[in-house]
Amino acid sequence: MTATEDTLRTSASLAEGLTPADSAAGGARGDDPDARGKFGVFGGRFVPEALIPALDEVAAEYEKARNDPAFISEFDHLLRTYAGRPTTLTEVPRFAEHAGGARIVLKREDLTHTGAHKINNVLGQALLTKRLGKTRVVAETGAGQHGVATATAAALMGLECVIYMGAVDCERQALNVARMKLLGATVVPVANGSQTLKDAINEAFRDWVTNVDRTHYLFGTVAGPHPFPEIVRDFARIIGVEARRQIQELTGRLPDAVAAAVGGGSNAIGIFHAFVEDEGVQLHGYEAGGRGADTDEHALTLTTGSIGVLHGSRTYVLQDDEGQTIESHSISAGLDYPGVGPEHAWLKDSGRATYHGVTDDEAMEAFALLARTEGIIPALESSHALAGALRLGRELGPEATILVNLSGRGDKDMGTAMKYFNL
Amino acid sequence: MTNPTLAAGAVERHLRARRDTGRGLLMPYVTGGITPGWTDYLRAFAEAGADAIEVGLPFSDPTLDGVTIQQASETALARGASTRRILADLADLAEARDLGVPLVASTYYNLVLHDGPEAFCAALRRAGVGGLIVPDLPVHEADELTDVAAAAGIELVLLASPATPRPRLAEISRRSRGFVYAVSLMGTTGERAALAASAAELTERIRRVTDRPVLLGFGISTPDQAREAGRYADGVVVGAAVMRRVLDGAGPDDLRAFLTTLRRALGSGSEDQECDAPR
Repeated sequence: MTATEDTLRTSASLAEGLTPADSAAGGARGDDPDARGKFGVFGGRFVPEALIPALDEVAAEYEKARNDPAFISEFDHLLRTYAGRPTTLTEVPRFAEHAGGARIVLKREDLTHTGAHKINNVLGQALLTKRLGKTRVVAETGAGQHGVATATAAALMGLECVIYMGAVDCERQALNVARMKLLGATVVPVANGSQTLKDAINEAFRDWVTNVDRTHYLFGTVAGPHPFPEIVRDFARIIGVEARRQIQELTGRLPDAVAAAVGGGSNAIGIFHAFVEDEGVQLHGYEAGGRGADTDEHALTLTTGSIGVLHGSRTYVLQDDEGQTIESHSISAGLDYPGVGPEHAWLKDSGRATYHGVTDDEAMEAFALLARTEGIIPALESSHALAGALRLGRELGPEATILVNLSGRGDKDMGTAMKYFNL
Repeated sequence: MTNPTLAAGAVERHLRARRDTGRGLLMPYVTGGITPGWTDYLRAFAEAGADAIEVGLPFSDPTLDGVTIQQASETALARGASTRRILADLADLAEARDLGVPLVASTYYNLVLHDGPEAFCAALRRAGVGGLIVPDLPVHEADELTDVAAAAGIELVLLASPATPRPRLAEISRRSRGFVYAVSLMGTTGERAALAASAAELTERIRRVTDRPVLLGFGISTPDQAREAGRYADGVVVGAAVMRRVLDGAGPDDLRAFLTTLRRALGSGSEDQECDAPR
């Protein structure tokens, strides 16, 4: 394939990813939220009145952008020449021997610039920020991956960048704090609440409501108020669009199952979305089981949570019997979140996708196994999906093909690995 | 219950009646459960001439609150405060004595949804609460709660912000009950050195579309600011300035003294003597 053909193919894929919703008239795609941002009963906009005009503005500009060939072409150009798309598929037979011999194929988002799928969304939203005429972005980050990606896009496009990060996370992820600073971002440690991701999101909302005239909130996952779940999904959707084509080229057919890790849910929606209408393809999301579902140290939002409102969206939430948000736990900071994107809540309740828990120990085992058998060190987040694929392979048998979203690389997790394995 | 402030629409009737005497309205805020004897603050507020009292039901993720109310919420939750316990305290208070001042609860929507809006509104009603403010529930998400609250006799107060465009402002003013909560600035709750320039403009824009009482909140912390706000708004909500004092250890007597200075700044209207008479 020549570079040009490749470009055209990628452009075509992207255009497909950003097809207009037609939401008012019944919808060209059945899985877009309605005009008020609802996926069934989930989603919506539970935010202060002061932010509604800003969300309206973002939604209107996004609607224009997704229909603008110049925007699609600029986004596409960045994805190819900056982020390194399309990412390849890698089949992992030595790893798959531990999954009863099923075929396991990885979508290599770890090979993108900055080392995780987050780059897709931040490039799209940074372009949108410029279209909005805003000069400043704020973002939340847990492990620091979305913060690093946002700081990267902000540096590339000359935007002022402020990242909110829980004080506890700043300590746990000092290397990423340094990366963000080097990229020119201001990192603000958030010392209230549980001092982790959910509090960083609260603080980013507070900044946004105060500085909304010149600031875009570059939201990092498919959660939050409408239109963020839709925008972030559409910018991440390229993962599945590419993978669906690539796996058919590789195996001659669609996979039997797609597996992805779920924290807020952006990498999972990114790979699931292109397969939603392929009824024969099972969709499996793996949440962080932490120290186990029978302990109170996990992030099993979809599998054990209840419906509530957190960070602007009606969705599954980890909450106590008084309605207060429970602090989640995971060995993987990127999955350590007590909420989840509303589209996942909807996929769960409609039965189209199935969600499961993977414990810290299972994830660490899969992490080490992929490194030893295939020479790939995955992110701890992605390791949850890998552990899920091992289970799934044993269930589905040796004839099955499982596509796994390897959402990021594991360099950032070496500190955790050194402690866990006494390296 | 015979408390006249519990009749449907009572919060708004009470505020309108007070406004019509030329009195500047004062609604101080307290975070429920902040101290063991926290309802003593309500008595002190009433004695200082409050026209309504806002009782915050603390939530773990108070997105619209600045540092002071965040700390107050965390402190109350750490003490074991919960919607159930706070409302039980209020019910006890109502049984002991009629404050003569309507109570307005405020909290984030997750706590309203938790046992369901019907059960939540019924519980407010049983505790003698007449109004409800939900800062993360904008008008287009409020359909479900609007009907439930109305059926339960709870006045659902909607908020307007300086960024709200005119058609929305008209809808908010029309659908709000009790009063319209004018958020003085683009930002979070908390004390400010000066009243925001957006405060007067927003209040005037709301006045053009409704004659419902308009209370200005966010950043009103001193008698001077209250006096200035009182020139265009019907009254003020004072939260962080109260809670900073409470967090610093101020008791009900200290707060009574502070609120009395705000009361004087706002003016007591033609019922001066009656309202300010010692009880």
